[in-house]
Amino acid sequence: MNKFIILALLFASGTAHAALSVFACEPEWASLTQLLAGDKVSLYTATGALQDPHRVEARPSLIAKARRANLLVCTGAELETGWLPVILRESANAAIQPGGTGNFEAAKYVQMLEVPTHLDRGDGDVHAMGNPHIQTDARNFIPVADALSKRLIQIDPANTLYYQQRLTSFNLLWRTAINRWEKQAAPLKGMPVVVQHRGFPYMNNWLGLKQVAELEPKPGMEPSAAHLGQVLTEMQPYPVKMVLRAAYQDGRPSEWIAQRAHLNAVALPYTVGGTSQAVDLFTLFDDTIAKLLAGSK
Amino acid sequence: MFKKSCLSAGIAALCIYPLAANAASDADLQSIREQINQLKQSYEQRISQLEQRLQQAEATSKQAESVATQVQATAQQANTQQTPTSPPTSEGAFNPAMSLILTGTYGGLQRAPTLPATGFAMSANPGHSQGFNLGESELGIAATIDPDYRGVATLSLAPAGGVTVENAFVQTSSLGNGVNLKFGRYFSGLGYLNEQHAHAWDFVDQPLVYATLWNNQLGEDGVQLKWLAPTDTFIELGGELGRGRGFPGSDRTKNGAGSGVLFAHIGDDIGIEHSWRAGASLHQTRRVNVISTAVPDVLGTVGGVTNSFSGDSRTAGLDFVWKYSPNGNTANRYLKVQGEYFQRKESGMLTYDAGIPAAALGPITDTYANTQSGWYLQSVYQFMPNWRTGIRYDQLDPGTASLGAGIATKIVSNYGFTPSRATWMLDYSPSEFSRLRLQLARDNSRLGLPDNQLFLQYIMSLGAHGAHQY
Repeated sequence: MNKFIILALLFASGTAHAALSVFACEPEWASLTQLLAGDKVSLYTATGALQDPHRVEARPSLIAKARRANLLVCTGAELETGWLPVILRESANAAIQPGGTGNFEAAKYVQMLEVPTHLDRGDGDVHAMGNPHIQTDARNFIPVADALSKRLIQIDPANTLYYQQRLTSFNLLWRTAINRWEKQAAPLKGMPVVVQHRGFPYMNNWLGLKQVAELEPKPGMEPSAAHLGQVLTEMQPYPVKMVLRAAYQDGRPSEWIAQRAHLNAVALPYTVGGTSQAVDLFTLFDDTIAKLLAGSK
Repeated sequence: MFKKSCLSAGIAALCIYPLAANAASDADLQSIREQINQLKQSYEQRISQLEQRLQQAEATSKQAESVATQVQATAQQANTQQTPTSPPTSEGAFNPAMSLILTGTYGGLQRAPTLPATGFAMSANPGHSQGFNLGESELGIAATIDPDYRGVATLSLAPAGGVTVENAFVQTSSLGNGVNLKFGRYFSGLGYLNEQHAHAWDFVDQPLVYATLWNNQLGEDGVQLKWLAPTDTFIELGGELGRGRGFPGSDRTKNGAGSGVLFAHIGDDIGIEHSWRAGASLHQTRRVNVISTAVPDVLGTVGGVTNSFSGDSRTAGLDFVWKYSPNGNTANRYLKVQGEYFQRKESGMLTYDAGIPAAALGPITDTYANTQSGWYLQSVYQFMPNWRTGIRYDQLDPGTASLGAGIATKIVSNYGFTPSRATWMLDYSPSEFSRLRLQLARDNSRLGLPDNQLFLQYIMSLGAHGAHQY
C-alpha cells in the first residue's frame, strides 16, 4: 500500500513538472523558444541549418515527434508547405492543427516583404504570403517573441509570471543587441550585393544592403551557366564586393561568379547552427554581421 | 505607388520653383522661406508621410532595375504598412486546393505488352502502352471540410475518355491521441509503394510484384483506422476493412467486408543524414468466381483455356526504405534504397474449361492451392540538383501449385521459370512541378520472350502542389 502511494506521488510530481513539448520547424524558432521558456519546455527542432527549409521530407521521425507536441513553432507563410501538412495530418494531434492554439506561425506577426501582386508559377517558387525568410532581420524577433510569449502563457498559464519575466529580459537584451548590430553594420549601408537565392530581403531592408542581382534565374530554380553569364553583365554598373548565400546552399554557383568577377563569396549562417560561430540567436547576428563586414572589404 | 511618387515629386517641384524664380531678392527669399516653413508646419505630418513613401519608392525603384516585379510587391507592402498581420495560411488558401497532373509516355517495346509474366496468367497484368500515348490525367481536389474532417478526391481522366474515381475519402483531423480514421475510396496503407500516386513513382511503371499481385496498386472502398504510438520512434499500426474491390479481391454485392488489411510501420532517423522506415502487412480477401482467360495448360491448348477460381487469398509483405543525404539536405544530393517482398497464398476450387463441349474436357472443378511471391530492390540517386538516376531489379516466383486429381493433368503446376526484370532510369526536374524521364528495361518476365523496353515520360503538375509523403 505504502509503495503504491509513493509510486502515485512520484507519478503526480512527474506530471507536475512535465515540460511543454515544443516542435520547432526551424532552428531560429527553437532558439527563441529556449530564450523565452527556458526549462519549462522540451524542444525538438525539425530541420537543421544545413537543410533547405523548402525541401524537407515528411520523415517518420518528424511525425512521431509532432504526435506528442503541445506547441508547434514554425515560420509559416508557406515556407513549410512541402512537408508540414503531411506531418500534421499523420501526427493525428488535434492540438497542433492549423488555426489551433498549439500552432504558432511567426510570419503572421511581422510585416511581410515581396508579397506578390499576381501569382504565376512561371515566376518560380514564389510564396503567395510574401518572402518567408523573415529571420534575417533581427527586428522581426521582437513582435514574434511578444506573440510567442503570449501563446506560451495561453497554453501553460501556470507559468505566466516566468514567461513574462523571460520576455522582459529578452526584450532588454535584444534591443541592446540590435543597437550594437546596427552600429557595427553602418558601413554596409547602400552596399550593392549579389545573392544566390532571394533569401535576404529582410536583412537588406534592415541593414541597407542593395541587392542588384540573383544567381537563381527564378526563385527555387538552380542557376544555369547562361544565367550566371547574364548576372555578370547585370552587376557590371555596380561596385559589387560580395555574393551572398545561405549556409545550406550549394556553394558552386557563388564560387563560380566570385572567381570571375573577383568577389568575396560569403556564406551566411542564415539560422542558428549555420556556422560554427552561430550557436544561438545572438551569435547568429554577431556572426552574420562579422561575415558581411569581412566580405565587404 | 507611382501616383504617390508623382505627388511627392510634384510638391517638391512646387517648393523649388518659386525659390529659383525669385532668387534675385533676399527679402523675397526670406518671405518665401517663411511661407515654406508655414507650409511645412501645417502639412508637416503629411509631408513626412510622403517623404517616407518617397524614400521607399526610391529604394524600391532601384531594386526594380533588376527585378521589376519587386516594385509591385513593395508597393503593396507600402500600402499595407498599417496592417502587420497577414491572413492564416493553410492548404485551404486555395479553397479547395485543386491540382492537375498531366502525364504522357512514349513506349518502345519489342513484345506485345498483353502477355503476362510466365506463371502469372491468373494474376493481374496492367501491362504497358506502346508508342505515343497520353497517360492518365489526374485531377485532385482537397480541402478541410470543417475542424473535424478533411476531404480528398482524385479523379483519373482516361485518355480514351471517361472519368474514374481513383480516391475519394474523408479523413479525421481532430480525434487526437494518434488516431486517424479514413473512409471512402483510398489506396491501401499496405507496403511502401501502394499509397503513392503514379506521379510520385520513381520509375515509369510499378515493380513486377506490384503489377502482378496488386494490379499496380490496391485501391479499396472501406474504412481505415491508424494509430500512432506516443513514442520517440515512429510506430504506426493500422487496419482496414473494405469491399474487396481491388485486385485480388472480387467485387460483390453482399453485406459485410470483402477484404481486410493489417499493417505496421516503424521508422526513425539516424543522425541528421539517415532516415528509414520498415513495415509489415497482411492482406486477406475471398475471391469468388474469378475468371482468367488465355491461361496456358498442360495440353498446350491453342489460345489457352479459361479458368475460374473461388477461394481464399492471403498475402503477407515486408517493406523497407532508407534515405541518406549529406547534411540532411535533400535539395542537393540524396540516395534512396527501398525494397519490398510479398507472398500470396491462394487455396480454393479451380474450374478448368478448355471451351470444348466434351465430357472428358468439359469444365472440371477440383482443389487448387499455390504460393506465389515476388520482390524488388531499387535505388534512386540524386547526383546533383534536379538530376536523378535509378536502378531496379524485380523478381517473381510463380510457385508450385498443389492440384486436385481432377485437374492435375490439365493445369500447369510448375513453370520452372523465374520471371525477372532489370530497369534503369534517368530523370530531370527543371522545377518541383515538372519532370522528364528516360527509362530502359530488360524484361525477362516471359519465358523465351525477353524484351528490351524504352520509355520516355513527362509528368507536370498544375495548381496546388500538395506535400509529398515520405
